[in-house]
Amino acid sequence: MPQISQIIDTYASQFFWLLIVFGLIYFTIGRGMLPKIEANMDARDRKIADDLAAAERARAEADNLEDGGSAQIAEARVAAQAKANEAKAKAAKDAEARLAVADAEIGAKLAAAEADLAKASAKAMTSIESVAAEAAADIVAKVSGAKVSAAQAATAVKVVLSNG
Amino acid sequence: MAGESGKIDPMYQFKIESLAPLNIAGYDVSFTNSSLFMVLVLGALWLFMWGGMKRDLVPGRWQMAVEGVTGFVNNMVTSSVGPEGKKYVPLVFSLFMFILMANFIGMMPFGIVPGVHPFTVTSHLTVTAVLAVLSFGTVLVVGFWKHGLHFFSLFVPHGTPWWLLWLIPLIELFSFLIRPFSLALRLFVAMTAGHVLMKVLAGFVINGLNAEAAWVPLVVSIPSFILMIGITLLELLVCAIQAYVFALLTSLYINDAVNLH
Repeated sequence: MPQISQIIDTYASQFFWLLIVFGLIYFTIGRGMLPKIEANMDARDRKIADDLAAAERARAEADNLEDGGSAQIAEARVAAQAKANEAKAKAAKDAEARLAVADAEIGAKLAAAEADLAKASAKAMTSIESVAAEAAADIVAKVSGAKVSAAQAATAVKVVLSNG
Repeated sequence: MAGESGKIDPMYQFKIESLAPLNIAGYDVSFTNSSLFMVLVLGALWLFMWGGMKRDLVPGRWQMAVEGVTGFVNNMVTSSVGPEGKKYVPLVFSLFMFILMANFIGMMPFGIVPGVHPFTVTSHLTVTAVLAVLSFGTVLVVGFWKHGLHFFSLFVPHGTPWWLLWLIPLIELFSFLIRPFSLALRLFVAMTAGHVLMKVLAGFVINGLNAEAAWVPLVVSIPSFILMIGITLLELLVCAIQAYVFALLTSLYINDAVNLH
């Protein structure tokens, strides 16, 4: 086995070259290149974590906005409902008032019309009385030949009419 | 691979040969095939990491692979040591990647180029011992640095009954001191045994084909070849597992040093 039979002749060379090579590996690769590669990996991990955190934040913000939006919509709906109710009540009151005014107007008109009618009928009545008196005077003149004055006829007709 | 007699020596692959003699302060520190493969490991590892240095926000395939490995080691260390373990990621990563690359490069079929022999750096006790001492030494330094002499309380686990106080620390001390040996031997034995097994099976295939009797290739070479495919896949798995075990145990030991029990 050369590893053991040659050990006395070769140990110095083995140690020497191994220490040189391993020293180079340790100092240039292990302490030189490795930290840079690890720093790069750490930077990448940090970047990924940061990006994820930013995305998470943006999502939370969007969720928040959505919640605020729906609250606003509900609020607006309530306000609209209140306004609509108010308008409805106002309209009803308005209509009532106008109805009352119109009612009063119509009442007044009706009363006026009734008064007119009464006046007209009274007027008609008097004209009927005068016509009846004239007719009565004519009838009396034709039947008896007696001349009845207009005043007499009128009183007579008035009596009859008021009786009748 | 081939000895002079035409026999296949499964141990030849572990032989260290000097490529460029070098002598410093009386020590023979020649550049050997082992050193060459260490440098190859360094180059491959550097190339691999360099591909992951683009540092894009959206990683490409290569960067993804590099980040996968670094993330894996980072995860392993921080899950066994805790947030304080960040400091030890470079060490565990270097150990893990060096062992992994050395194991894999030792498995590469460089042998199909004539005259080139792949060499598994981690199949050498001298190499695994140094790595284990690095791991164990870190534990000792960190432990005594952070806790001072209080570090010895590691040998008295919580809830030890008073009448066992003479035995438990001994066992704990022994299991603590055996750590570098188990780390070094586990890797060394796993790699050596796997490569020997593969070489022996490859020897069966070749010797079977060279046999004079016509039935030998059919009965020996083909089953050996099929078996070898499976063993090769298993070895690739072992390469990764051994690197993982070494790194995981190192981070667990560092956890002991950082947090005590």
